[in-house]
Amino acid sequence: MERIIAQLHPLERKVLPWLDRYTNLKEIAKQAGLQEVEAMRALQWLSNKEIIKLEESSKELVELDENGLLYKKDGLPETRFLKAIKAKPLKLSEIKQKTGLSEEEIKICLGTLKSKAAIDMVHGVELSVMITTQGERLIEKDSLEEQFLKKAFPLNKEDLVDEERYAYTALSRRKNIIKTYVVKTKTATLTDLGKKILAKGFKDEKIVDTITPELLKSGDWKKKKFRAYDIKINVPKKYYGKRHFVNEAISYIRKIWLEMGFKEMQGTMVQTAFWDLDALFVPQDHPAREMQDTFYIKYPEKGRIPEALAQKIKQVHENGSDTGSLGWRLPFSMSSSKQLLLRTHTTVLSAQTIAKLKKEDLPAKFFSVGKVFRNEAMDWSHLFELYQVEGIVVDPNANLKHLKGYLKEFYTKMGYSDVRMRPGHFPYTEPSMEVEAYHPERKEWVELGGAGIFRPEVVKPLLGEDIPVLAWGLGMERIIASYYNITDIRNLYDNGLKQLRDMKEWVKL
Amino acid sequence: MPTITVNKKEIMKLMGKQLPDNQLREKIVMLGTDLKEIKGNEITLEVFPNRPDLLSEQGLGRALASFTGKKTGLRKYDVKKSGYSVIVEPSVKNVRPFTACAIVKGLNFDNEKIKEIIQIQEKLHITFGRNRKRCAIGIYPLEHIKMPIHYKALPPKNIKFIPLEANKEMNGLQILKDHPTGREYGFLLENYDKYPVFIDAKNDVLSMPPIINSHKTGKITNKTQEVFIECSGHDFRVLKECLNMIVTTLADMGGKVFSMDVVYGKKKHITPDLEPRKMKLDLDYINKRLGLDIKESQAKHLLEKMGFGYEKKEVLIPAYRTDIIHQVDLAEDIAIAYGYENFEETIPKVATIGWEDPLEMFADKIRCVLVGHGLIEVKNYCLCDSKVQKDKMNLNLNLVRIANPSSEEYDVMRAWLIPCLLYVLREYKHHEYPHDIFEIGTIFKVDTKQDTGVLEDLRVAVTLCNPESDFTKIKQIFDSLMEALDLKYEIEDTDHPSFISGRVGRITVNKQYVAYMGEIHPEVLENFDLKMPVAAFELNLSELLKAMRRK
Repeated sequence: MERIIAQLHPLERKVLPWLDRYTNLKEIAKQAGLQEVEAMRALQWLSNKEIIKLEESSKELVELDENGLLYKKDGLPETRFLKAIKAKPLKLSEIKQKTGLSEEEIKICLGTLKSKAAIDMVHGVELSVMITTQGERLIEKDSLEEQFLKKAFPLNKEDLVDEERYAYTALSRRKNIIKTYVVKTKTATLTDLGKKILAKGFKDEKIVDTITPELLKSGDWKKKKFRAYDIKINVPKKYYGKRHFVNEAISYIRKIWLEMGFKEMQGTMVQTAFWDLDALFVPQDHPAREMQDTFYIKYPEKGRIPEALAQKIKQVHENGSDTGSLGWRLPFSMSSSKQLLLRTHTTVLSAQTIAKLKKEDLPAKFFSVGKVFRNEAMDWSHLFELYQVEGIVVDPNANLKHLKGYLKEFYTKMGYSDVRMRPGHFPYTEPSMEVEAYHPERKEWVELGGAGIFRPEVVKPLLGEDIPVLAWGLGMERIIASYYNITDIRNLYDNGLKQLRDMKEWVKL
Repeated sequence: MPTITVNKKEIMKLMGKQLPDNQLREKIVMLGTDLKEIKGNEITLEVFPNRPDLLSEQGLGRALASFTGKKTGLRKYDVKKSGYSVIVEPSVKNVRPFTACAIVKGLNFDNEKIKEIIQIQEKLHITFGRNRKRCAIGIYPLEHIKMPIHYKALPPKNIKFIPLEANKEMNGLQILKDHPTGREYGFLLENYDKYPVFIDAKNDVLSMPPIINSHKTGKITNKTQEVFIECSGHDFRVLKECLNMIVTTLADMGGKVFSMDVVYGKKKHITPDLEPRKMKLDLDYINKRLGLDIKESQAKHLLEKMGFGYEKKEVLIPAYRTDIIHQVDLAEDIAIAYGYENFEETIPKVATIGWEDPLEMFADKIRCVLVGHGLIEVKNYCLCDSKVQKDKMNLNLNLVRIANPSSEEYDVMRAWLIPCLLYVLREYKHHEYPHDIFEIGTIFKVDTKQDTGVLEDLRVAVTLCNPESDFTKIKQIFDSLMEALDLKYEIEDTDHPSFISGRVGRITVNKQYVAYMGEIHPEVLENFDLKMPVAAFELNLSELLKAMRRK
């Protein structure tokens, strides 16, 4: 109990003294000198601590509507009708004039009064109405309905007695006379614990709520006690500045390669077909070069290519040149080499890197994480602008086993223990492989990327020598989406600020 | 990549082995195709473009029979002389100059086989034939044809026959205009004044390649036992390769292959030629590339598993394997036969020094400072909407334009970042404020000094969007960034149509223009449907890094 008392919040302390006398929230707030919301918060906390029992009750109240207010003043239309013809029978037009009732009200009165046998019709040139004995008796005293209208509203619907209930039912059938609404009330009653606390007393002048600079400066804190907090309470959310979650993952991926001694490659996204395709021995009539797969640049249209190298590569395409290959045996167009496009793979950076390498630089390893472009319709599993994780190992002693080794290492660090390589095909690698990881939930192998050893037709013209170059171009978005539980890959880049604020961090240890 | 559907029972029969689905799946995948699914009796798979010979039940079955060890080594295909010839007239020279032809007899077509033949033809058209441009295939019942056949070009009006899937005689022009296949492939002929035809000794048109066969002489039925096959196109070698793939498939169906004389003026070629090509095996080279140490006898065994022959240090390459052009292609087949799963993963102990790109490192520092200010990083595409880049910013810009955009919303490469950020602010204006965001990304500018005609720079842009955002607030962030980098900057008044006049500055560091900073013009905010003030700067990190290095 001591601890509970110590934890009492100032608001709680304000309402507590009144709870033995008052149970109604409004009343409690008034007595404690608090806003209703403040009192409510205090009561809620007290209820959480089981000091009080907080109950919500609702009751349905009956109130007069606009016609009801009117009839309370002027009497019900049928009474007014009867009173008007009490002296002598009158024509309908005269009744209307005398009572001020509307056409519609008169029509209803005729119906009601006839059914009660309170009036008789007198047929003449114009219809007139006469009161009956029954009718005269009716206006001698107030009807149940009229008595009801004169009550003090609002009334609690629950509390209505039989006669009132009869009048209520009759009137509620009529237009806009009465209305009902629900009122919720909170009542607080002390529990046994609450009574004990109240009896014991909880006032303590020494208790302070906030630790302030003044308290610290004056040293007064030494004479005070600090109110204990309910430390389990939920606090409002606080947002913090954040890197984009995809960039978090990219940093991690870059680190993996840096740790393995790879140098980072950089290059442009706009490229010539020469570097993106021709230098990689993609035949000039390859279907992937067609408009539906590659984004071409309309303006500016053509780029510059290194003439001497282009001549060499033309030879390789046409007849294999000195690479030991037959080549594609197709005519090679320099003009289509100069066509500008958005790089379809970061393998273009590998080609440009190899072209700059000297023999004394070997062995050498390079990587990049860069954007590539595919002219595909966007859907939940396809993007037209996405990342590729690229890598090459230029080493006279490199072989297929090393290729598998590097990839296995990477994927293990990315959290995929079950990885397999199966035969694949790319025009620039031989052997080629598809890298797949086993998806434990979908229970199937998922494609993650392509890899292989660059063909001599690629390496020799660029490097001047046929040296094995291990190469890979791996997808990244699928892995990232899966880590962040994103099923629609487009959501990676939709920049929803709520998603960005709420996204978990990339933690792989 | 083309997808084909084949009959599982038929594949098992060709393979000479029954396998449960999971083992069959494994074999098909590890042979080097993209298996989609095995469902009931149907196998659906994608064939890689280098292996058009696998585009049929027979081709796949043949490869699997070797791969699973049931029927290894080189398959012999006999070619007898038919004595028939095809005379190629000089008139085809301009339009579709070459053809390679063959006769196959002893076929037993049923409806399934006819469907299969049509599938192979179609798939070869799309892939190896590059949509009939490089090569088109025609197959005709031999019985209606009177030899010799002439391959010649005629004015389209004079070409008259009833094409397949039509019920009346049409001329060449009408076929291009009105026949469904003519409309689809008409572009391959429409610019020529003469169209090619195969025509027999009775003067009956067999077909008008690469469009359509004649109904009378070019329709295969289940009574057909002997066929005439032609491939037409622009490169004789390609046509011979394509013909080889078709006739070996038909031979595997039980047909006997006969050659024809294809006569080009005084020169006579005999097609098909199913003799294997020979390539010397450089086992040292292959071992080195694969990291293996296999002996000649094992190499022979592995090559045979892939359907090759091996004699006297030479690999005998079957006539349907058009993809083998270098030792490395043999290396791959040996690796596949060895089993990719059997290569042991190794990382060699070779010391190389890692190196991080300085611009990336620099960008990361900037990111740290901005995140410290509580900003949220966003990431937009480089492809962008020209209306967002220019019109909505009240600006005219010379943008890098895409020739074939996938939609109007992505028709250019972005030249600056602030519009992309404003677009984000617009999209999420109902999310909780403040919207203080930034992006670090590449921008693209037309620049003839570059080899690609385009300058690509890395930039950072910050937009503050909340009831209190103004010039002071944005300048505080900019100042903190400059202090963090220990840089002095100068700011001068400028005019920029996207910003409020008198509240926009241009910034130089070491005499180099590097940034714009200011309050976004209400008209621009209106264009983005924003009812909240925005203050922003955009800073060129590539230039800033250069300026720092000069210092």
